[in-house]
Formats: sequence, structure tokens, C-alpha cells
Amino acid sequence: MATLEIRDLHVTVEADNATKEILKGVDLTVKQGETHAIMGPNGSGKSTLAYSLAGHPKYTITSGTVLLDGEDVLAMSVDERARAGLFLAMQYPVEVPGVSVSNFLRTSATAVRGEAPKLRTWVKEVKGAMERLHMDASFAERNVNEGFSGGEKKRHEILQLELLKPKVAILDETDSGLDVDALRIVSEGVNRVRESGEVGTLLITHYTRILRYIKPDHVHVFAGGRIVESGGPELADKLENEGYEAYVKGGPVSGANSKEGAA
Amino acid sequence: MAEAQKNPVPVGSTTAGQIAVAAESTVATRMSAPPSFDVADFPVPHGREEEWRFTPLERLRGLHDGTAVANGTGVKITVEAPEGVLVETVGRDDARLGKAGVPVDRVAAQAYSAFETASVVTVPKETVLTEPVRIAVHGEGGVAFGHQVIELGAFAEAVVVLDHTGDAVFAANVDFVVGDGAKLTVVSVQDWDEKAVHAGQHNARIGRDAHFKSVVVTFGGDLVRLYPRVEYAATGGEAELYGLYFTDQGQHQEHRLFVDHNTPHCKSNVAYKGALQGDDAHAVWIGDVLIEAKAEGTDTYEMNRNLVLTDGARVDSVPNLEIETGEIVGAGHASATGRFDDEQLFYLMARGIPEHEARRLVVRGFFAELVQQIGVQDIEERLIARIEEELEASVA
Repeated sequence: MATLEIRDLHVTVEADNATKEILKGVDLTVKQGETHAIMGPNGSGKSTLAYSLAGHPKYTITSGTVLLDGEDVLAMSVDERARAGLFLAMQYPVEVPGVSVSNFLRTSATAVRGEAPKLRTWVKEVKGAMERLHMDASFAERNVNEGFSGGEKKRHEILQLELLKPKVAILDETDSGLDVDALRIVSEGVNRVRESGEVGTLLITHYTRILRYIKPDHVHVFAGGRIVESGGPELADKLENEGYEAYVKGGPVSGANSKEGAA
Repeated sequence: MAEAQKNPVPVGSTTAGQIAVAAESTVATRMSAPPSFDVADFPVPHGREEEWRFTPLERLRGLHDGTAVANGTGVKITVEAPEGVLVETVGRDDARLGKAGVPVDRVAAQAYSAFETASVVTVPKETVLTEPVRIAVHGEGGVAFGHQVIELGAFAEAVVVLDHTGDAVFAANVDFVVGDGAKLTVVSVQDWDEKAVHAGQHNARIGRDAHFKSVVVTFGGDLVRLYPRVEYAATGGEAELYGLYFTDQGQHQEHRLFVDHNTPHCKSNVAYKGALQGDDAHAVWIGDVLIEAKAEGTDTYEMNRNLVLTDGARVDSVPNLEIETGEIVGAGHASATGRFDDEQLFYLMARGIPEHEARRLVVRGFFAELVQQIGVQDIEERLIARIEEELEASVA
């Protein structure tokens, strides 16, 4: 069974000629079939966790370990991590002019699966996945994320999730900027992948809204660069009612993120 | 009238390339001497003239100051033409030479003053070719001056491939005379060996309702400096000027375009794209479009885009649109230089795509729309193969 184990992860970033520690000892284990929601205020380091796991060059891991089925993820390049089974649905998917969605999806699937998918079944597979996400067929001919609306970008991320079938999916604020209809479509896509029971899901969000559609098994509160409280779905209800105030002001991490925390 | 300066520096770009956008100035008066067939009418450039300021004169190997002398081992020219096409080698006094344009700088005038024989390729009127005419210019290591004329009679249709390979110090003018209602596509490939120097002028004179398409593809050479130029002999003419260049470490590739809308109701569309990589890779693109007062009903657009793949490369992109009448359909220009950015690379790699494959995807995508314009399959394939080679070299 696939397991992602994050142990005492510390991450820094260079900003304004200074080194700033963003993650201050993250511990988390995500097993196949489980869904973990990570919730926290702006600036708490949630997205840093997502991008660090995917290997974004902006972030420097200063200590800690990340293992996927016992393999050292931190020793892998970005593409190796993806091929090992990590998937990051990005909050701000990047435009890649001149590269069509269909070309991109096929190149990506070929890389992750280790061989080019058979054309006949592939076309059917993509078409089916797109229909389920209410995406028009013409979408495949557009350039990756170029001129996409916010909702189209997120659907495109989930389309990739469905096609690449990772072991662990990290969804970074996939709900942000979506209206209710788009949120429902995207959530249904995530749920289809979860129902296979073969993926561990790390759902990073600021709001509890998406948790009405995607039910987590575990909820973690993220503040000041680490997990400060963990519980079941009931913890999300508490956050819905009380907000993050207790964690930002009165908690043990007081002042650690005053700049971003105020945003 | 719409003059658009779109995104001179793309948002989020941290390009190491540089962009210079000239203030509007008169195309004609910017040249240091009026056009002439005689090299003696041009002073030897010192490098600060508007038309020379981007060019490393010392790398012209004497083409600009008269010290480069043809030595008989310059280039070998082979013309391969389908039936119905007339191919001739003629002397300097042939009346058909120099009808499409006059040299505008000293090197082009030097070429016109020094060539010994010229190639004249004639496609008679109403002859529609199904196979391209291929003119191979192969450098044999020496210095050479050349002149070529491609003339299409009325309603003729042809594709001409000018293929430059090998090593040479070469200056030449090429005239394209496109008869009324004729259609000419020219693909000029500069696939020189790394030491070659090539400078010259492409002059097109477009007949009534005629169509001229030029695709300039520059890969090789130490220094390549070309002037693709267009003028209209009568109304209804249409010019499409496309270009692709891949400027590698140490290379200087300069394309200076001029479209002279000297006739009413003509169209032009210019699109040049370049990728650069390596230290001291230098690409220069000058896009001059002049809409003369009499050229009512003109429709023109020009675009230059550059993709900087590594640090240390430099781009100078100068679109210049000069409009003397407001009675036009449209006029615009755009220039953008962007870096292949780390975020694109991260996004593609985060989907399992290895780095070299990701670069390939982006660069192929960048050039795709222009590659399709070539329409000659073996040249398209060779071009794609060359792009891959260049990218492989950069990864290694």
C-alpha cells in the first residue's frame, strides 16, 4: 500500500536577500485511500508544503525526510517525483504557449506510464475524462492554460489527475476562485479518483466549503509552518464556526507569520 | 489606424535579452547613404551608423570595406528546376538584373559591384509548378559575390528553395519579380557551417494582385545579416514575410525587414520568431514598415517574438512603423522577448516530463506556426531535426 511519510520537514525560501524559514517541522503520513485536509490561514506555509513536496526549485529543504513507499522523494528531480506517483494540482497552473493540451497530456501520460498509451484507447480515455469534467472537445486543441478561465484551469488540473492516476495527489487550493458549479464539477472529479481507493489525497484549502463535496478522513490545522492540531472531520466544523483566530493570535505560533497572517 | 506596441517586456519575464524600441524616425533618412548599385556611393561603415550599430563589423571578414575579394573558391551554385522553368547563367550586363530593388548598404552594393555571373530563373506566364525550384548555394571555403533573379510571369505559381550550406564569406542580392496575379513562395535556408559569413539583400517587387511569401530560416553561420525587402508594382499585391532563427552561442543573426507600401490597397504580414541560447548569441530584428501617403487602403501587421533559453544571449528587436496616411485598413506591430521560464519548466516536469523533453515541447510549440508556413516537407523535417540538434547540444 502506497504511503507518503513526511518527517520533521524544514523548508526555507530566499526573499529580499534574506533566508526565511517557512516550514518548521512538518510531520504527516498519508496512506493510499485516505484523504487529509490541510487547513490554515494565509501565509501559514500550506502552499510551501505542496510545492516543496513536488520539488519546486524556489524552496530549500534544510532538514527532514519525505518518503514515498520508502523511497527518498527529496533525492528525486521534479519529473522523477511525478513518475514515482506524486501529483500536484496547482493553485496557479502555468501557461505554456505553443503546446496543445492534447500533446501535453499525451507526453505526460507517456512519461508517467513509461510507454506511450495506445492511440485508440487513449483518445477514448481522454474524451471520456473530459466529458465527465464538462469540458468541450475543442479544449484539447488549445494551448496549455493559455487564455483559460480560472475554472477551466482547475478542471484541466483534475483532468490530469484522472489520467495520470498518481499514488498521492496534492491539491493546492483547487477550490480557490471557483463558483459553486465549477466547484461541484471539480470535486466530483476528485471523488472519482478517490473512489478507486488507490490514491492518497492531500487537500490543501483555506475554506471549509470544498469539504462539503470532498469528505476528508483527517483534518489538520496548519499554522506557523507546521501542523498544530489534527482531528477528524469535526475539526473542520470547528474551523467553520471559529475561524483561524485562535491559531494565529493565541496559539503557540503567535507572531511567527504576522506579516502574511494579517492578509 | 491602430499602432500597438504589445508587451515589450512580457510580464513575469526575467529575460537576459535586451529590447530596444526605436523612436519613430524616417526610414529613408536613417540610412547613411541613399540606395545605389555602386559600392563607391557608400562610405566604409565605422559601426555607429543606424544600419550598422548592431553588427560586429570585424566579423564581416572584409565584406564592408573592400578587403574581401572573390577568389574563385567561394560558392558552388546548383539549380534544380522542374520542366518548363528556364535557368540561365548570365553576365553583368543582362537587362533583367537589379529590377526588384537597389542595394541599400555598402555590403549589398559591394555584392552588386563585384559579382561576375548571375543566375536567372524564369517561370513563364501561367506556368504552375508542382515541384519546387531548388537553388543550392554551397560554400567552398572562399569569398564570393552573387546575384540571383527569380522571375514569375503573370499567373505563374512557384515555390523556390534557396539553400545555403557549407563555409564561405558570401554577399549576394536576390531579386524576386512577381508578375501580375502570380504566386511565389521563397524559402531561404541559412544552414551554414559555423564559420560562414553571409550578408545580402532580398528584393521583392510584387505585381498587381500577386502574392509573395518569403520564409527565411537562419540557423548556421558565424554572422548572417539579411535584408528582406518588399515593394509593390501595382495595387492588390500581398506579401507574407516569415522568419525563424535559432541563434546559438557566439552567433550573430540579423534580419532587417523593410516593407514599402508605395501603392494603394496592398497587404503585408510579417512574423519572425527566434530562439536563442548560449553566451553571446545575438539576434537582431529590425522591422521597418512605411505606408506612403499614396498607399490608401493598406493593411499591414508585423510581429517579432524571441524566446531566450539561457543566460548570456542578447536580442535587439526594433519594430518601426511609419504612417503617412490615415486612410488605411489597419496597421500594427508587436515585439516581445521572453525567457523560457522556470515556472513553465516546473509545470511540465511536475507532470513527469523530463527536462530536455520539456524544452523540446516548448521550442517546437513556439516555432510550430511558422514551420507550417514552409510547405516543403523535406525542408520542414530538416528544420525540426536541426531544432532538436540545437536543443540536444544545449542539454549536453
